[in-house]
Amino acid sequence: MTILNISKSHIYSTEKYDHRKWGAFMSYATAKLEEEKVFKDPVHRYVHVRDQVIWDLVGTREFQRLRRIKQLGTTYLVFHGAEHSRFNHSLGVYEIVRRMVDDVFKGRPEWDESERLVVLCAALLHDLGHGPFSHAFEHVFDLDHEEYTRHIIMGDTEVNEVLRRVASDFPQKVSNVIAKTYVNKQVVSMISSQIDADRMDYLQRDAYYTGVSYGHFDMERILRVMRPREDQVVIKSSGMHAIEDYIMSRYQMYWQVYFHPVSRSAEVILTKILHRAKALSEKGYTFLHEPTHFRAFFVGEIKLEDYLALDESILLTYFQLWMQETDPILSDLSRRFVNRKLFNYVEIDPAKDYQKLRELEELFRKAGIDPTYYLVLDSSSDLPYDFYRPGEEEERLPIHLLMPNDEIRELSRSSDVVDAISGKRRTDHKLYFPEDILQESGKKKLLRKQILDILKG
Amino acid sequence: MLEEHAKVVQFVSLAGQVTGRKKLQKMVYIAKKMQFPFQEKYQFHIYGPYSEELTLRIEELCNMGFLSEEKEDKGSYVQYRYAVTDEGTSFSSMLSKQCDKLPTVIELMNDKSARFLELVSTLLYFDELSKEERIEKVHVVKGKLNFTEEEMSDAFEFIAQLEQQSIN
Repeated sequence: MTILNISKSHIYSTEKYDHRKWGAFMSYATAKLEEEKVFKDPVHRYVHVRDQVIWDLVGTREFQRLRRIKQLGTTYLVFHGAEHSRFNHSLGVYEIVRRMVDDVFKGRPEWDESERLVVLCAALLHDLGHGPFSHAFEHVFDLDHEEYTRHIIMGDTEVNEVLRRVASDFPQKVSNVIAKTYVNKQVVSMISSQIDADRMDYLQRDAYYTGVSYGHFDMERILRVMRPREDQVVIKSSGMHAIEDYIMSRYQMYWQVYFHPVSRSAEVILTKILHRAKALSEKGYTFLHEPTHFRAFFVGEIKLEDYLALDESILLTYFQLWMQETDPILSDLSRRFVNRKLFNYVEIDPAKDYQKLRELEELFRKAGIDPTYYLVLDSSSDLPYDFYRPGEEEERLPIHLLMPNDEIRELSRSSDVVDAISGKRRTDHKLYFPEDILQESGKKKLLRKQILDILKG
Repeated sequence: MLEEHAKVVQFVSLAGQVTGRKKLQKMVYIAKKMQFPFQEKYQFHIYGPYSEELTLRIEELCNMGFLSEEKEDKGSYVQYRYAVTDEGTSFSSMLSKQCDKLPTVIELMNDKSARFLELVSTLLYFDELSKEERIEKVHVVKGKLNFTEEEMSDAFEFIAQLEQQSIN
């Protein structure tokens, strides 16, 4: 109990809510809004908030920033509906966890009710550190969004202030759950495991906003068959078919949406724009427009404030500005991204073709096209999504079914459907290049035609 | 192109053979913490730092035929053993330079058990904390493994030994 904290938290509170109404024995941790608030949500219908802490967290500037970062990065260039933000998704994950703890786990002996608030906060804040076009951005500037999530939760931020009002060690607890180093593994597994609230939300949400017809599964049913156990949440074996559907949906979304070659092409270009801008800055190039927001990232001395000041609208503004730059590569790549003039691609089998790749790089150079920016191999391992694999003992935790005799059993050993999918090859490589440049007439036309012939086999 | 793949092949080739996915995961992580340039992103999982990216990359390399993967059925679970194929050897030769110290570090690690490397990598994962806090953190996140005091001091000694070989 944190009764002693109450009077202090009054002083720091900036909320309009009248804290005195809680009475002497109510702490901020258990404070409820006078009336339940709801957010309308197309995936879960409503997101329900009753806890004062959750309401206050949603209002922080760090959480509001997530409205300006899209959940699916460049996917909107293929599926134009996919403009939903990490804000939507974060609320969705919160709502799923809320249903787990309040509707399914409540009262079960294996569930510790005192973990309720920490898991709700962790669910809401789990993606807090994502940057604009997260994956590409992290890749170029060698950053890790999970690290930034920790920094934001522990640093001098509004989120930290709210969490500290619960208890002085509360921010650390929330951070540990998200970092998967929390002492209660069951709590961790609700947010990060092979079947967690995070994946259950983004699969349904991404399916809804992209408009694809796969990606749907019966979450209500899954929630009802989830059982808290000491180290993880397991699934009652009678619910196996609902889980099979979820695994199928993960598989379908992987190939149809996440690994879509055209959105990968946009991602490749985006990555190369950032690479180019960084390389130019390192060479001392004078930009037409001073890239104020990027300087800290170019030199690798990034303060939390620099990080929080970025979002996708800022990046898109720079891409517009960079279309006017004198550096031909930066301006061309920016134009390609803004006007959606993407790279073409061919499938490639590196096992057979890796020597051909070297030749192509050489030919590109001879033709005056820098292969660093214009000949790019993209592999499945470059993608931050995956599909279900049982894996090796102690590699990472698989999905476990709870059998009628109380034993637990790895999912693919019971399900032929899952066994079939998880044995599937899931690797893929594509080579991206600008076909329009290779087809241009003019200097070195023959050489460029030769390159195109090799590429297209 | 494919430099990151080539680095992994080179890594396995320097080890000769690596038994167990977990072991390979921890070895690459420890090498990365010793400043060797591996790009794979790691997160903390129940069994210590784990990289999904590395898992996929290894799978790609097996599909390409650059790494061989032998499956051993251990009854309740399977274990995998990795080695480099001839094709893989010529593929990784495209990497012009390898760091002189990497072979020693890999050899040191490959002699250890997966359990020990799990301990070492977990300690390294929390290297921003003080020594006491790191030990406590290991007991918190890996309570079930019951690492002994002796293992703990061996692990710190091992880290010191590796740090002498590290790039800095």
